[in-house]
Amino acid sequence: MIPLLLILIPLLSGLAVFLLKDSPASKALALVSSLATLVLSLMAVFTKGALTYDAAWLPGLGSRFSLLQDGMSKMLSLLTAISFPVVFVATYKNVYQRSSAFYGLMLLTQAGLLGVFLASDALLFYFFWELALIPVYFLCSIWGGEKRIAVTFKFFVYTFIGSLLMLVGLLYVYAQTADHSFAMQSFYHANLPAHAQNGVFALFFIAFAIKMPIFPFHTWQPDAYEQSPTAVTMILSGVMVKMGIFAVIRWLLPMVPQGFHGHSMFVILLSVTGMIYASLIAIRQDDIKRLIAYSSIAHIGLMCAAIFVQNQIGLEGVMIQMFNHGINVIGLWIVADVIEQQLGTRKFSELGGLAQKAPVLAILFVIMALANVALPLTNAFVGEFLMFNGLFQYNGWIAAVAGISIILAAVYTLNTIQKIFYGNTVEKTVHAVEVSGNVQWVLSILVLIVLVMGVYPQPMIELTKDTVSAIFANR
Amino acid sequence: MNAIIVSTLLGVVMMFSGILLKNKSTLKYIAVGGLFLLLIANLFQTYGVYTVVVNSHDLLRFQKFGLFFNSIAISATLIYVILSGRDIENAGNYPAEYFALIFFVLCGVSILCGFNSLLMLFLGIEILSIPLYILTGSDKRNLKSNEASLKYFLMGAFTAGIMLMGIALIYGATGSFGISSPSIVTTPTGSTAVPKASYLEIAGVLLLFVAMCFKVSAAPFHFWTPDVYDGAPSVFTSFMATIVKAAGFFAFIRLLEGQSPILGPTWKILLSFVIIATLLIGNITAVFQQSVKRMLAYSSIAQAGFMLFALYSANDISKEGILLYAAAYSLATIGVFAVLIKMKDYTLDGFNGLAKSEPVLALTTTICLLSLSGIPLTAGFFAKYYMLASVVKTGTGLWLVIVAVLFAAVSVYYYFRVIQAMYFREGVAETSEITPGFKAGLVFVAALIVLIGVLPSVLLNYFYF
Repeated sequence: MIPLLLILIPLLSGLAVFLLKDSPASKALALVSSLATLVLSLMAVFTKGALTYDAAWLPGLGSRFSLLQDGMSKMLSLLTAISFPVVFVATYKNVYQRSSAFYGLMLLTQAGLLGVFLASDALLFYFFWELALIPVYFLCSIWGGEKRIAVTFKFFVYTFIGSLLMLVGLLYVYAQTADHSFAMQSFYHANLPAHAQNGVFALFFIAFAIKMPIFPFHTWQPDAYEQSPTAVTMILSGVMVKMGIFAVIRWLLPMVPQGFHGHSMFVILLSVTGMIYASLIAIRQDDIKRLIAYSSIAHIGLMCAAIFVQNQIGLEGVMIQMFNHGINVIGLWIVADVIEQQLGTRKFSELGGLAQKAPVLAILFVIMALANVALPLTNAFVGEFLMFNGLFQYNGWIAAVAGISIILAAVYTLNTIQKIFYGNTVEKTVHAVEVSGNVQWVLSILVLIVLVMGVYPQPMIELTKDTVSAIFANR
Repeated sequence: MNAIIVSTLLGVVMMFSGILLKNKSTLKYIAVGGLFLLLIANLFQTYGVYTVVVNSHDLLRFQKFGLFFNSIAISATLIYVILSGRDIENAGNYPAEYFALIFFVLCGVSILCGFNSLLMLFLGIEILSIPLYILTGSDKRNLKSNEASLKYFLMGAFTAGIMLMGIALIYGATGSFGISSPSIVTTPTGSTAVPKASYLEIAGVLLLFVAMCFKVSAAPFHFWTPDVYDGAPSVFTSFMATIVKAAGFFAFIRLLEGQSPILGPTWKILLSFVIIATLLIGNITAVFQQSVKRMLAYSSIAQAGFMLFALYSANDISKEGILLYAAAYSLATIGVFAVLIKMKDYTLDGFNGLAKSEPVLALTTTICLLSLSGIPLTAGFFAKYYMLASVVKTGTGLWLVIVAVLFAAVSVYYYFRVIQAMYFREGVAETSEITPGFKAGLVFVAALIVLIGVLPSVLLNYFYF
């Protein structure tokens, strides 16, 4: 029952929020609903074993409304459930026009995301995959920056092309299944011939690669992150990109193992190229949002590479890192949003010396930023260590090249800290003040998660262990 | 049979009510009542109740598939008249005649749903087309409307000639007007073979194919479509682009099912060429349109490309698919056109800011457009899904499916430009007066689209029991 409720609560409350005219009420209802989802997802985490829900949907097509919440789904639904209240609280003071529509669409996005992470029927998965996109399209296009319409549309068309190719792949595999069913297990046991595996791999992977995004499919991402309202950007980069990674692990890897294996070198090279490329561009950025966007491409690249090395340790790293990257990047976006809201600029060249004016923010940001570099004691260290370990076992040279991105990450992250928070105050930052209590609270909670997960990551590894071992048991 | 008789009678009734009634707003209600009657008559026949028993000497043969399709067409017309009845009355000076002509078109549709002889096919197509020539030119003082009407008539007449030539050749070769060619024999293993098709017959089938391509505006026989759809009064464009077109497709499928084996393996190559040309021309040209009405004309060509898949695969899924596609496409297009008619300015800029002034209209139009682009949770998704799935099931032509989905992505571009105008651009969209009843009708259409989008079985289950 929990998996169903996890989708229903945001869906229904999202529709309800639409109908409210009053903006404080819609804000409050959105927050309450997201907290309820959080409680439910915590309950799921503390329940032993996989949770399922199954109901008839389209008997003629062999598709059922079936949900599965195993370790990986629990972890990702927890991430989704944490992100939304965090985003709502951190941006509580932001004023949106037609705010009931804004919060309504946000909750619908959450329903779509949770659906993607929980669906264990391929057609249902496709449904949610698309549904998560539509509200985001409206969110970015209505409340975004100056170039929002064109940029969001590029984002939409990119992902839509990917989804349609995936649909063709789905239909093909469906036609090959023994029992003409969209159920996950039928897809796993479709046993496609080798040449078909390659084709199906390509059809699915393009969709997932665009979503993650993997070089060279990433061009929509920096613009979209920059132009979206920051609350949406947090969701986009914190949770939505995980859809791609999740989908590779949940669907692609078990479904076409040979096709997967055949392309692994190619994809790893793409990912590593993307890591270095994105890190180099990040160094040259003068805009906080664009910097975080490129840094995010680099991190995602590593996760993608670590899936394709196909060893247990790499995959465990990916599991932890999916969660941790979400937490860290949301933290960074919150700081970016606070700075933009207060000072009206995101350019490093117009910032400086903020630590003198806002010491608490500075401390919290520095911890978040160090987690972004994966310093030991922070959560990202554990994940990145495992992933690099996996990559090294696969091929030492590639691991060495990928390792350069750690150094580059340190360069751009430390540069950011220095340019924003240290040095002398400049014209724009002279009158800056400390951030408000709600932001401090949210950031403190995130920092707490960063440190706890950095010191004691074992529960997270345990949580996702069943998914990892199931994947390697099948081969 | 029921539907043919009832629709003809209703057409006559509508003509006379134009003479007898002075108040033209009552006409709409008579038409709505008539359509209900027609729907009931058709449903009666679907479940085995006949009002009049006519021996058609096997010229007509009604099967569940056809009758069910007819019900969809009648229901779509009903929704169309409820939504846009007021605009039909205002399209020109003779409202009663317009309603009468619509009933005559439905008579043609009913014949096409049950034809079992090439002669009946020809009759059905003509009964369907001639009222449309008149409706296209109903805005008598508008030069574009006249041009469109003349163009449509000349091209239509020419096509009728081609069709008759094809039928004549087939008759000459086989001595039969039957829709499945006697040259085709079924081998004991169940597959069909064509041992003795003559060139005469092959030429005849090709001519029929060309004529039907013209009727459903498949490329390269689509050139009349944009001009006619653009020139005709919008309210009739809506009717032509949906119900009439879907009926054309239905006849096309029923006809080619029995004739296409004569063309042998070349048939699929020929058809793939037509499909790709249709998708290409429809989608790419729609991208460049500034007028929403013209964009919808090209989009209807593009949608025809998708419907052609049903011909390509010709299996059980494609039969369900064409029913679903007809319903989904008609509902969405009727919805969009109903809103378009209310706009003062048909260009994209005319839609700017509609979401602020008329949120209900904007929301329902958005749902219709999402359905046309095939986004999940709308009927359009399952329509496209069935079409693609039917081709995938044949085991060949996967490349064709990939090409099709790429064009579906292109179609998002022009459909979403309308959404962008309504929601994201500033402006004052001017509309004529919007009544609460009209809004309620639109909401009903949108709800239906979403319902079919979540549970397509609600529609398809009727097909099976």
